[in-house]
Amino acid sequence: MVDIPEHLLLRSAEARAKALGITVEQALAEMKGESAPTVVDDKPEVIEVDLPTPVEAEAPAPVETPKVEAAPAKAEAPAPVETPKVEEAPAKAEAPAPAKAATPAPPKADTPEEVDFAPEVKVTQRLLTVVKAKPIQKAASEPVDKVNTWPHLMLPEFISLMAMMAFLILLSAILQAPLLEEANPNITPNPAKAPWYFLGLQEALSYWDPQIAGVMIPLVIGLIGFAAIPYIDRNKENNPSKRKYAIMMYTFFLAGAGTLTIIGVLFRGPGWNWTYPWIDGIWFDDLLDWIYFE
Amino acid sequence: MAKLTLKERFKKVSAGSGDAARASKFATSIFRPGSPFRKGYSDSPRNRSYVVMNNVLYHLHPVKVKRHGVRLSYTLCLGGMSFFLFIVLTITGIWLMFYFRPTEMAYADIQALQTSVAFGSLVRNMHRWGAHLMVLVVFLHMSRVFYHGAYKAPREFNWVIGVILLFLTLFLSFTGYLLPWDQLAIWAVTVGGNMASYTPVFGAQIKFGLFAGLEATTATLLRFYVLHVLFFPFIIVIFMAIHFWRVRKDGGISGPL
Repeated sequence: MVDIPEHLLLRSAEARAKALGITVEQALAEMKGESAPTVVDDKPEVIEVDLPTPVEAEAPAPVETPKVEAAPAKAEAPAPVETPKVEEAPAKAEAPAPAKAATPAPPKADTPEEVDFAPEVKVTQRLLTVVKAKPIQKAASEPVDKVNTWPHLMLPEFISLMAMMAFLILLSAILQAPLLEEANPNITPNPAKAPWYFLGLQEALSYWDPQIAGVMIPLVIGLIGFAAIPYIDRNKENNPSKRKYAIMMYTFFLAGAGTLTIIGVLFRGPGWNWTYPWIDGIWFDDLLDWIYFE
Repeated sequence: MAKLTLKERFKKVSAGSGDAARASKFATSIFRPGSPFRKGYSDSPRNRSYVVMNNVLYHLHPVKVKRHGVRLSYTLCLGGMSFFLFIVLTITGIWLMFYFRPTEMAYADIQALQTSVAFGSLVRNMHRWGAHLMVLVVFLHMSRVFYHGAYKAPREFNWVIGVILLFLTLFLSFTGYLLPWDQLAIWAVTVGGNMASYTPVFGAQIKFGLFAGLEATTATLLRFYVLHVLFFPFIIVIFMAIHFWRVRKDGGISGPL
């Protein structure tokens, strides 16, 4: 069953309600199949018009059939008895009428002719189905719920941008960037540490062969491995509960990288020996002179 | 007199103010139709579309976006923050270039910057902390994308571009690390360069190419400076352009979950 859009349904319900003289709600209910369809509407009119004929008490059968049937059927239904009369009606309307006075023909021939048109006008159409306008090529994506970029996206963006700017300025006003004594290749600090984002790697270097930790991990795992993730993970789902393995792997990576980095930054002192920052202090010069109040 | 809400009061004050200026030929030559800065702007669906469509912003944003993508809790604005931090770093970086020479004078220039240039210390701090923040934010952005499964078809290649952007960010930060030319800088870079020298087969050549010699000298400083202020920004802007373009071509933001 085709799912008919609500507005089309409403529009045809209005047309039907106007044609049948019923309320829109009722027409809508009929079309949705919630109540019995209204078919009796044209009956009373036909009966009313046909009233003269039953008075004649003649041929009840042919009279009844047109009542039930729609207008076009009416013209044919009396055929066995009165087909010629209908055809002759315009011609015989004036003169032969008295001759056939006994038959119900003249009034029948006259009145149904007018009645024939009325129901046609009233019940002109019924909603059989609604064919959705569809392109010949099937679109790959369904329409989605969208909002205007301005202001619904750009305003939050602007606010978070300003918040970040405020945070950065505040941070820069409080924390002084480190500046040690001038570079001297002859004095090696102990320990010599890389920037913090490489310290996990430097920590790994203290466990494994440099060829593995220094090259294989950053290059093979870091660059090639990460770039290949979408081509390795062919699971189409993006719901977290349906990709637990992928999430587990990434979380392991995050935990590992985070642990190594924190150890490298805070827990490694002279000679790359284990130290506790709350006992021996922080051996990472990037974190020197942090607080900068004037 | 009835008490006005803040919004109503703002409307009352702003209504008519500057209308003549906003309707002038000069103003209309700057602001295209649909701009909120043009006279007669009203908040209608048509004008909401025009704000984006008749604007240079149309290169970055479509007129409409998915409703769930607007929620801050979905993207955390991390991608936008990365881009914004890059802009902040570009601006502060250009400003710092006025006071910096990548020679033996580098260290003295930094000292002078901190002590005798107005806002010198603040701008240097912003550049340094902003750089650390950018590394962090780019990494968080990658994690967010992973947890949302946003790298899946049709966005596979944009993930690859993103990984390249992460590495370019790291290179940018690393090359900038040497520039203050203090003990922290030179030894951090020496450690990093030594890591690179463990590369099989080409290790020594890579280190020599990176350091412009066997160890970190002022030649290394010049090399890192050029890489930092010219080469890597140039490359990263190209990749960023592809990255943003692909975001839209691949159907906008991913999801919903």
